[in-house]
Amino acid sequence: MSVKLNNRQVGDVTVIDVAGRITLGEGSSTLRDALRELVKNNHKDILLNLKDVSYIDSSGIGELVSAYTTITNTGGHLKLLGLTHRVKDLLQITKLYTVFDVHEDEAHAVRSFA
Amino acid sequence: MADESKTVQQVFDSTLDSVDHAERMALELARESGFEEADLDRIGMSVRECMVNAVVHGNRYNSHKKVQFAVSRTPDNFTVRIADQGEGFDPGVVPDPVEGENLFRQSGRGIFLMKTFMDELHVRHLHPGTEVTLVKKVVSK
Repeated sequence: MSVKLNNRQVGDVTVIDVAGRITLGEGSSTLRDALRELVKNNHKDILLNLKDVSYIDSSGIGELVSAYTTITNTGGHLKLLGLTHRVKDLLQITKLYTVFDVHEDEAHAVRSFA
Repeated sequence: MADESKTVQQVFDSTLDSVDHAERMALELARESGFEEADLDRIGMSVRECMVNAVVHGNRYNSHKKVQFAVSRTPDNFTVRIADQGEGFDPGVVPDPVEGENLFRQSGRGIFLMKTFMDELHVRHLHPGTEVTLVKKVVSK
């Protein structure tokens, strides 16, 4: 499996449940297209639920950074939810863990956009 | 852990399928070397990043260019060699991805991850191409 995305609206926050692998190729391009579409449709507050992401490579990390920059520059917010140990480890090594607003609990994460 | 030395090698096309295949081959031998899950993750990711560099940045998906892949283990070292037929690159000119504004660059983290996850990284310039050697020390139990 590459990557599967499911969008939900929780109040004003768009939650994207991501499952699978975010790697160079189909995985990262699927995520990139989905986030671009949301930005195009003026979704400002986006919560990326990575609880079921089994693997992410440097290309996947690049997509997260790129999306963060794009969304922030358009006045929106991109936050992360439910990092696996592997993804958290990678964000810490690349010093991106403190760049992103990372949450463990969805309700808390949604409230943080207010 | 197996005591004897072993090498497996393959010539790959310049495709993303080759990246997956090489990662699987390396992980199979790494398991035989007795690495634990955390190290297997790190070896797998290093091989993936190195193969991506060879296929994407080195050979630029050119169907006429191949990637030479060899993975070997001895009682002391687990070694991966990946050579492309591209124009070559100098890892010294890749900006430090954890420095200042580079944090926000979309790319440029592959070499950094390989250096972080493996014990040694060596680059040899071929004519044409680049060979990268990754070494992970086998820790005896």
